[in-house]
Amino acid sequence: MELKVIAEAAGAPGGGCASSGCGAGGDKLAHLPEAIRAKINNHPCFSEDAHHHYARMHVAVAPACNIQCHYCNRKYDCSNESRPGVVSEVLTPDQAVKKVIAVAAAIPQMTVLGIAGPGDPLANPQRTLETFRQLSEKAPDIKLCVSTNGLALPELVDEICKHNIEHVTITINCVDPDVGAKIYPWIFWNNRRVTGRKAAEILIAQQQKGLEMLVARGVLVKVNSVLIPGVNAEHLKEVSRVVKAKGAFLHNVMPLIAEPEHGTFFGLMGQRGPTNDELSALQDACAGDMAMMRHCRQCRADAVGMLGEDRGDEFTLDKIAEQEVDYAAAMARRAEVHAAIEASRTAQRRQSSETFVSIASLTRRRPARPEPRPVLMAVASTGGGVINQHFGHAREFLVYEASANDVRFVGHRKVDLYCSGDETCGDGESVLAKTIRVLDGCEVVLCSRIGYEPWGQLEAAGIAPNGEHAMEPIEDAIAVVYREMGEAGLLEPAAGATQRMSA
Amino acid sequence: MAYKIIEGCVNCWACLPLCPSEAIRDALPHFTIDARACTECEGDFADPQCASICPIEGVILDSLGVPLNPPGSLTGIPPDRWAEIRTQIQAR
Repeated sequence: MELKVIAEAAGAPGGGCASSGCGAGGDKLAHLPEAIRAKINNHPCFSEDAHHHYARMHVAVAPACNIQCHYCNRKYDCSNESRPGVVSEVLTPDQAVKKVIAVAAAIPQMTVLGIAGPGDPLANPQRTLETFRQLSEKAPDIKLCVSTNGLALPELVDEICKHNIEHVTITINCVDPDVGAKIYPWIFWNNRRVTGRKAAEILIAQQQKGLEMLVARGVLVKVNSVLIPGVNAEHLKEVSRVVKAKGAFLHNVMPLIAEPEHGTFFGLMGQRGPTNDELSALQDACAGDMAMMRHCRQCRADAVGMLGEDRGDEFTLDKIAEQEVDYAAAMARRAEVHAAIEASRTAQRRQSSETFVSIASLTRRRPARPEPRPVLMAVASTGGGVINQHFGHAREFLVYEASANDVRFVGHRKVDLYCSGDETCGDGESVLAKTIRVLDGCEVVLCSRIGYEPWGQLEAAGIAPNGEHAMEPIEDAIAVVYREMGEAGLLEPAAGATQRMSA
Repeated sequence: MAYKIIEGCVNCWACLPLCPSEAIRDALPHFTIDARACTECEGDFADPQCASICPIEGVILDSLGVPLNPPGSLTGIPPDRWAEIRTQIQAR
């Protein structure tokens, strides 16, 4: 079978991951007050560095929704898939609390519990708030988050603040009702269904009011936006500007996921998702205004563990039913583990800043030569900021851009975002072919090990496999590989090609 | 007079807490309406609450068997315009 890199990038890309260049890295958030930075320091979804070290979990307790989005199908549940709104079991508040306690005891790196869906947590305030109330009492060392479409937010802000919720995510896809009318067919408002532009107008007003009220009460607000080509792509720059002006501290622009088999309106109607380039360009355009998030994995609404992995299967209701957890003991262990993580993060930061000096000096030593071109490299990693995964085991790749100035995290690309095909869904494309397609644009793939067959096929596709830097810090290894490419004469700038690359 | 939920319901729970008569049951394979309890929201709300939040077209019927949310009513696209709209969206 002949394999070549297919031009069209596969799958939905995502926000990115990893160290210095990534969205909500330490530096990008330096403008925030110390109290806020302390709140997000160990939050894997808010701090791009923290997500290497800390885990999160979601519980689905609130399946009902008060609006309809064209990118959502409330029915779909596929255990092979990882995307928002997909969930295998809806829990009662009591079951959810039991599960959180069990996970927090088993995964001491867990710092955050979120309620995000399916449905809108604030359309089901009793179930959501009951879960938070019990948790703030029984597991006081876990941060609580809620994610909402914002329709019911203003009336619930005070209730939310009572339950010690430090972070709220509002999904805001537009601030213009004409754009909104193309995304939201209807909302349920004051006991009736409202459709069209009027519906979008109400939703937008409620979202903005809710955002202002939360900020006024000192609650951290992140704004999620779904990038929908041809609908809100340009408009999201305005959204970014507005929400920043109102005090949102982080903007997460996520790619639309719309495949026909997901059964969403957009999926069925043939609306495409953005390409890697479109997403990256928009994130860059918005970044001038505020901290952007690039490491979001658009995880399942019942995901458990580190970002990019899902250990939900280990904690199903029947598996935790018999467990008795001594949470006081678990909390003491968690505190120890967190202290150790913080110590190693401090050490890692010191190390990586040394690397950057040496990369920068690369260009200074050769001022007369034209700047070498940037190169995209993909990395297989299970976390911790090191190259530690076998190529064949990677379900996602972290993509970095190495240039003369720095190593910049630009995004991640999932291999398994959609069904992996051949066996169950019969789309015929082998996993390896799909992986190679996902890596389009990357010239190097760094992993801990790689088999003989994929090695050959990657090379045939113009991607150089590299297993020489196993267990090394990602950015250091990329810097070394980039320097080696320069020494081998592989970085001559293409004529006229000065534009920056993106994932 | 009573409404009925039929096959196609996705058990999303949205209707259940809204029913002023507590007539909706979280049954399997899909939720059901207790015909003895359903008042069609008469006297409580101008619009029937279950039908006003249900996200699925055609799964709640009135006492004559007519869908309260007929095909096209929730997406805002009449069925015969689907093809046309589809072409438009695919071009984005």
